[in-house]
Amino acid sequence: MMNHAAPPVLEVRDLVKHFKQVKAVDGLSFEVRAGTCFGLLGPNGAGKSTTIEICEGLLKPTAGSVRYRGEPLGPRYRERVGIQFQSTALQDHLTVIENLRFFSALYPVRRPIEELIALCRLEEFLDRDSKKLSGGQRQRLLLAIALVNDPELLFLDEPTTGLDPQARRNFWDLVTDIKAAGKTIVLTTHYMEEAQRLCDEIVIVDRGRIIARGAPSQLLAEHFNDSVLELPASEAARLAATGLAGIARGDTVEIQTPDVNAAVAALLAQGVSLAQLRIRPRALEDLFIELTGRGLRE
Amino acid sequence: MKDMVRRIAAATWARSLEFVRDRSSLGWNLVFPILMVAGLAFVFSGPGQPLFKVAVIAPADVKLDAGLHPFLGTPQVQFYREDTVAAALPKVQRHRIDLLVDLAAQPPRYWVNTQSPKGALLERLIAGSGGPALKREETAGHEIRYVDWVAPGVLGMNMMFACLFGIGYVIVRYRKNGYLKRLNATPLRAVEFLIAQLLSRLALILVVNALVFGACRLLLGLRMEGHYLDLLVVVTIGAFSMIAMGLVVSARLASEELAGGILNVISTPMMVVCGVFFSMDGAPRALQVAAEFLPLTHLLNAARAIMLDGAGLAQLGYPLAALATMSAVYLALGAALFKWRQD
Repeated sequence: MMNHAAPPVLEVRDLVKHFKQVKAVDGLSFEVRAGTCFGLLGPNGAGKSTTIEICEGLLKPTAGSVRYRGEPLGPRYRERVGIQFQSTALQDHLTVIENLRFFSALYPVRRPIEELIALCRLEEFLDRDSKKLSGGQRQRLLLAIALVNDPELLFLDEPTTGLDPQARRNFWDLVTDIKAAGKTIVLTTHYMEEAQRLCDEIVIVDRGRIIARGAPSQLLAEHFNDSVLELPASEAARLAATGLAGIARGDTVEIQTPDVNAAVAALLAQGVSLAQLRIRPRALEDLFIELTGRGLRE
Repeated sequence: MKDMVRRIAAATWARSLEFVRDRSSLGWNLVFPILMVAGLAFVFSGPGQPLFKVAVIAPADVKLDAGLHPFLGTPQVQFYREDTVAAALPKVQRHRIDLLVDLAAQPPRYWVNTQSPKGALLERLIAGSGGPALKREETAGHEIRYVDWVAPGVLGMNMMFACLFGIGYVIVRYRKNGYLKRLNATPLRAVEFLIAQLLSRLALILVVNALVFGACRLLLGLRMEGHYLDLLVVVTIGAFSMIAMGLVVSARLASEELAGGILNVISTPMMVVCGVFFSMDGAPRALQVAAEFLPLTHLLNAARAIMLDGAGLAQLGYPLAALATMSAVYLALGAALFKWRQD
């Protein structure tokens, strides 16, 4: 049972951040409950990284407040949270284990390094120069560095951007393990699949404002009661006769329908080729387009 | 406090590993100064001054010729004017000139270095010149070769580059690639980070320069009149001040090109006006005043005093105080201006 009487781990109120003329964050409020994975979603430039850096205590907001366990962020806050940036250089010529030992030494409370090695699966390349790691290995090292102080609150800023699909899935497994160990996680991403896999609660941010919030499944259920059929654009001409509305999306055409069986029957009746038909449930990406009229990666 | 020491130690160790493992840069830091000193020694060895050189102190309105004293008519001897014994005598002691003749004194006298064969020869010329007798005064001192004089300059210059660029470039690179931002997310404080960079650089520079100094002493027989411990103290505080200077330059920049440009603007004048290759004795007053504000000047003056004249720390109060003041000012400025991230 979630204890709603206890203050949330992180409480963000009316956050505003201006950079000269640009309003990067424009009045965000949200709460992060203990033991959950909270996702900040949005396209590039939506204000996700700025928001998370204010929550990390690295940037000062123009207005608004961030509270950790009911208190303003104090000087010891950095000792208690773990942070993984979107991209971070490490010192040249240091091996994986040396990097871990170095960052570990900076904290008063330290998790045994052997545990971190096992948790983030670093055994195979412990003595390798951190410059010579693959993208996935590097992110695992950065995750281990974010965990050296055994934080109860972990910030992950676009941790899988630029990774290949396999490395991304491996990283998701690690985050799932960390969550299972009771850590609270704040994650930013523009990968909807990542948010659906990992997050208990999300906010979708666009132009510095929250445009939707809730559990991913609940949000989808609220906004959609249909599924999507995708066909090659070459079949678009024959759709007219079926009475189904097609929406062109690059080289595919989409049909949104609450009754998949009836739609497929109508397509068959008109001799539309189903060889390349793809049927998928509604995803967060669709929700984003619905809410903003734009694609996430635009 | 314990946490702070542990953080500084960890950051110092990490930075030192990075430097030591960068083989090419380490090799260059070791080999370059030895080659430089050896090259200069070669270029400036051999017969540089074919003439005998004699300083003369005489009333300002009389010409330096045989009319003043027949000895001054000797061909193959270059006579030139000096104002005081105090200024000219050290030159006799270091064999930079062969004799000092003081015709303004009563009775007229001359100074000869008892360890100088050329001085002994010139004495005979005075006796045989047929002029009035001059009172003989003795002084002594070993010859100082150019290489003995220039080696501290070259080592100091090399140390200046290692201090300024070694610290400046590294911190600017760390800021540019986001490593500083990552450190800022840890409990490591700015002043702790800066101290760690300073200590790591200082330790490496001292080790590297001790090796280079040893090699120069072996290969070139460098002169060392004073105590090694005194030299270590002077070099440590001198290097500290120049590293702190680098911290000021790198406090905010995030462009290596700009940092390189600024460091060149600082280091090139230092190379010229601080007396690396040539003494600033005869230089315009303005340059000499400017040099007083640069740490390399005081480092070289103090190092040469120890190595060439055998001075001890007690006699080096002024350069040491100047270096300590500059260190404190630069360090305070560097810490106050420091930023973890680029704007």
